[in-house]
Amino acid sequence: MSLTLGLPSKGRLQDETLAWFAARGIEIARTGDPRQYAAEARGIEGLEVVLLSAAEIPRELARGRLHLGVTGEDLVREHIPDWQRRIRLAAPLGFGHADLVVAVPAFWVDVETMADLDEVAEAFRARHGHGLRVATKYPTLVRAFFQAKGVADYRLIDSQGATEAAPKNLSAEAIADITSSGETLRANQLRVLEDGLILESEAHLCLGRTAAWGDDGRTALAGLAKHLGTPLDL
Amino acid sequence: MNAVRQGAEHSALEEALATLGRLFAGAGYAPVTAVHLFEAEALIDLYGEDIRARAFLFPGAGGGGELCLRPDFTVPVVRAHGAEGWERRARYTYQGPVFRRQAPGSSRPMEYLQAGIEDLGDPDRAAADAGTLALILRALEALGAGPLAVTTGDLGIAFALLEALPMPDRRRHQLRRHFWRPRRFHALIEQAVAGPPEPTPARLALLEAARGAAPADAVAARAAEAGEPVGLRETDEIVARALTLAEAANEPPMPRQEAELIEAALAVKGPAGNALARLRALTEEAGVGIAPALDRFEARLAALDRAGIDAARLPFDAAFGRNLEYYEGFVFEIAAEARTDVPPLAGGGRYDAMTRRLGAAAPVPAVGAMIRPEAVLAARQSPPEAPPEAAA
Repeated sequence: MSLTLGLPSKGRLQDETLAWFAARGIEIARTGDPRQYAAEARGIEGLEVVLLSAAEIPRELARGRLHLGVTGEDLVREHIPDWQRRIRLAAPLGFGHADLVVAVPAFWVDVETMADLDEVAEAFRARHGHGLRVATKYPTLVRAFFQAKGVADYRLIDSQGATEAAPKNLSAEAIADITSSGETLRANQLRVLEDGLILESEAHLCLGRTAAWGDDGRTALAGLAKHLGTPLDL
Repeated sequence: MNAVRQGAEHSALEEALATLGRLFAGAGYAPVTAVHLFEAEALIDLYGEDIRARAFLFPGAGGGGELCLRPDFTVPVVRAHGAEGWERRARYTYQGPVFRRQAPGSSRPMEYLQAGIEDLGDPDRAAADAGTLALILRALEALGAGPLAVTTGDLGIAFALLEALPMPDRRRHQLRRHFWRPRRFHALIEQAVAGPPEPTPARLALLEAARGAAPADAVAARAAEAGEPVGLRETDEIVARALTLAEAANEPPMPRQEAELIEAALAVKGPAGNALARLRALTEEAGVGIAPALDRFEARLAALDRAGIDAARLPFDAAFGRNLEYYEGFVFEIAAEARTDVPPLAGGGRYDAMTRRLGAAAPVPAVGAMIRPEAVLAARQSPPEAPPEAAA
C-alpha cells in the first residue's frame, strides 16, 4: 500500500526537507514539467509524494488526505482546531526553527513582561480611547496565550504583510510574530517580552491520524520509520 | 439535538414559553424583542478579545463594523433602555435563542433558548434581588421543573472587603480588576504578601531613574537610549508609568492576616444564615468594617423570607459567580438536582457596574436572570440510561 507524503513546494523549507530525506537515503525528485507540483521518492517503495504550499499541508493532514506531511508546528497549532485529534507531530526535523513571540517597541522601558503589558493596556485605553492593538498572523495561538497570561483588554489586528512594521505604521501598538534571529525585530525597534515566548516551532514530520491507514498502512509506516531511523507513532 | 422539534416535543416547548411569557408579563415585566444580529463593537469593548472565544462574529456589510450573533439578551436590552434614558425604572422580559461558541469537542449547545427578565433602576436592591430569585423559582415551579439545587453568592462582599482593607490604591485597583480571574487574583495576593519579585537589572535602573533628581528627564533618556519612538504610545506615558512603578516598589507588603482574611471570606460556604454569621464574625474579629454590605445581605435574606423562600437555608458560596464576568453583587444559579446531564436551568445576578460600561454616567441598579426552557424540559424526562457496567 502507498503512503502519501505532502512536502513544501518551494523555498528554504523545501530545500531543508529534501536534504533531510536525502541524508536518510530517500531522494525526492521533481518529475515532469517543472511547473507541475509532481515529485517522486527514490530509494524506497510505496511512498507517493505530493508538493503543496506550506498552508495546505496542515489542512490536508487534518482532512485525512495525507498520511504524512512536513510542515511547521506553528501552522498546525494555529490553523487546525482540535489538532491533537487529527494530526500527530511525530518527529521534529531539526530545521525550520521559528519562535512565535510577543514584542513591543524597545523604547517602552517600563514594559518587560506580559503583566506589565496588561497594566499598560488599561492605561492606554484611558489615554487613547481605544484598546491596545496587537498585530499578528496567528490569532488562535495569541488569544490562547494572552488568556493564559490573564491579559484581556486588547484587540487583535490581522496583519497583512510585514507584521513588524505595524507599530511604526500606527496600525498596532505591539505584535506577535515569528522570529528566528531577532534581527528583524531589532531593526524595527522592537523587543521581545521576557515571558513573551508563545511557541518554539520547528518543522515536523506529521501523521494524518484520520487518513486511511489499515493494517497495510501501519506496516508501511513501520517500514518507513525503520528506514528513516525515526520512530513514527500514530 | 435534532435540528427540528416536532410533535409533542414541539408543543411542550411552545407551552413552556407561553407559560413563562404570561408569568413574567403578569409580574409587571414588559415583553421586548431584540435583533439576533447586532453591532459587535460594544460587546468587544466590554469583554476584549475573550469574546471571540465565546461569540459568533461576522464582518459587517458595506464597511460597517463587525456584527455579532447575540450571546445573551442583557447587553442589547440594557443598552436600548439606556438609549431612552438611564434615570428610569423599568422591567423587561424577553424570550429567544442566544448563540455561544463552544470549544471543539464540547457537548454544550451553541444555540439555545433563554426566557429572562431584567429589572433596572430599583433603588431597593435587596427587594429587587429577592424578587428576581423568587420569580424565577415560581416560574420553574410553573414549568414542573422538579427538585432543584440552588447556589447563591454575593460578590459585593468581596468588593466591600477590598474597599475596607487598608492598602495602596494601586493594589486595590489590581485586585478589583482581576477578581474574575481567580488564578490571577490569588497570585496577586501571594505577591502582595511576599513582596515584589527581585527586579531585573533593567527594572532596577529604571526605578533608580524614576527616583532620582530629575525623574522625567532621566526616564525619557533611558527610553530614547533603548529605541526610537515607534507607535502611538508616547514617552510621557512611559514616564508616568515609571513613576507609578517606583511608588509601587515602595509599597509595604500586604500583612499576612489581611491576605488570610480575604481568602477566609472567599472560602465561606454553607447555608446563607450561617454564612452571614460567619462573615460578620470574621470581619469583626479582624476589625474590618463591611457592615453595609453585610446588612444588604441580611436585608436580601429578609426580603426572600417575605417572598416565601426559606432564606437562611439557601446554599451560599462566597466564591461563586466569579466566572460570570459582569456580576458584582448578588448571583445565583439553579440546577436540576442530581442531573449532571442537563445544563443549569436558570441563573442570574446583579450587574450595576456593567451599566456604566454600557454608557450610563453612573452605575444604575440592575439585576436580571434567565431560564433555559429546553433544559427544564430535558430535566422533566428521566436521565439517559446508564451503561451496563455502571449499573452494579
